[in-house]
Amino acid sequence: MKPETRRTLVSFLIELLVYTIGIVIYFFLVLHFLSDWLEHLSKENIKLYAIVALALILGQAVILEWVTTFLFRLLRGRSE
Amino acid sequence: MTPLLAMHFPISGTDISPVYLVVTGFLIGILGGFFGVGGSFIAGPALRAIGMHWNFAVGTDLAHIVGKSVVAAKRHRALGNVDLRLGLIMAAGTIVGAECGAQLIQYLKRQGNVDFVVSIVSIVIYSSISLFMVWESSRTVRSQKKSRAKTGGAQKGRHAKDESSFAGLTQAMQRIPLWPVVSLPTSGVKAISVWVIIVVSFIGGLFSGFLGGGAGYIRMPMMVYVLGIPTHLAVGTDLFEIIISASYGTFSHAIKGNVDILVALVMHTGAAIGAQIGAILTQYFAGPKIRLLFVPLPLIGVAIVTYTLITGHKL
Repeated sequence: MKPETRRTLVSFLIELLVYTIGIVIYFFLVLHFLSDWLEHLSKENIKLYAIVALALILGQAVILEWVTTFLFRLLRGRSE
Repeated sequence: MTPLLAMHFPISGTDISPVYLVVTGFLIGILGGFFGVGGSFIAGPALRAIGMHWNFAVGTDLAHIVGKSVVAAKRHRALGNVDLRLGLIMAAGTIVGAECGAQLIQYLKRQGNVDFVVSIVSIVIYSSISLFMVWESSRTVRSQKKSRAKTGGAQKGRHAKDESSFAGLTQAMQRIPLWPVVSLPTSGVKAISVWVIIVVSFIGGLFSGFLGGGAGYIRMPMMVYVLGIPTHLAVGTDLFEIIISASYGTFSHAIKGNVDILVALVMHTGAAIGAQIGAILTQYFAGPKIRLLFVPLPLIGVAIVTYTLITGHKL
């Protein structure tokens, strides 16, 4: 296997691992702990729910992007 | 039929397997990153197919697209595929259109026939887009082959000339002298009326609010054929614009009670990684080929909606 292909594959596997961890965290934390609160919020204060919903999805996107970018840089820094 | 490892999502009151959501999100993420579309032609039907009402499918899909577009747009920006000026102008038109679409959904919800009407409209729209794109892309690829044969060679991959069969329409649109006129140097457009851009983005926004997602399936082709934006830039700019318009759409649908954010969060975990892979893949294909590869995708959505409509069954 070419070194470049190997590096890409390793990067991909690390990214996959990070996202798997992210998924597990969301299943256990967000779904388990936030589920009841979000349901209550959607019934009691729909505007606040809308703001929280947007903040949650944007926050998740930014954090996951930041973590994987950081890991990629770390990996490339070591391999170069 | 009970879905595999089904979990209860209380906001929408549906039982869905998280595995199904993550895998669906992952596949949609790849499509989104590659084609610059939100993937709602798959996501909406996929959520509908597991028993979610259309109003929830539309709103939840918009929420997950916000997250996914952040990742994909950042990748495209790094590749130089985003025209910020065009994206900001388009966001204004899209937001107005999205609100009109969301109001239309509310009207149908009150009438009690939202599921039937949206199903029929989605089948018609998705089929039309596929048919149009197969016709246009194959025509362009054929004409490129002819000119290659004449000139005895051509560039390949991303650097191949990005042509379309609607050059005449594009030129006519760019010649409309309606004030204010702007130039888009990043996209190579010398002058175009802001109103042309606004109308294109309004139509996209209307479909976004009505059928869910970012409506890139209609806005991306219009950006290429009507505005004359190179395909790679249309993909990246569309994603950037979707962040703004889908955020507004999510908020608008959420206050109307149409968003299950828990479903969106789970879908996004798969979509985030898929979007990065899709964005990287655009480097290896030329414009017309990207458009030709796009063709079967809306048809998958048509198949799912038709199945759900005819049988009334969940997948």
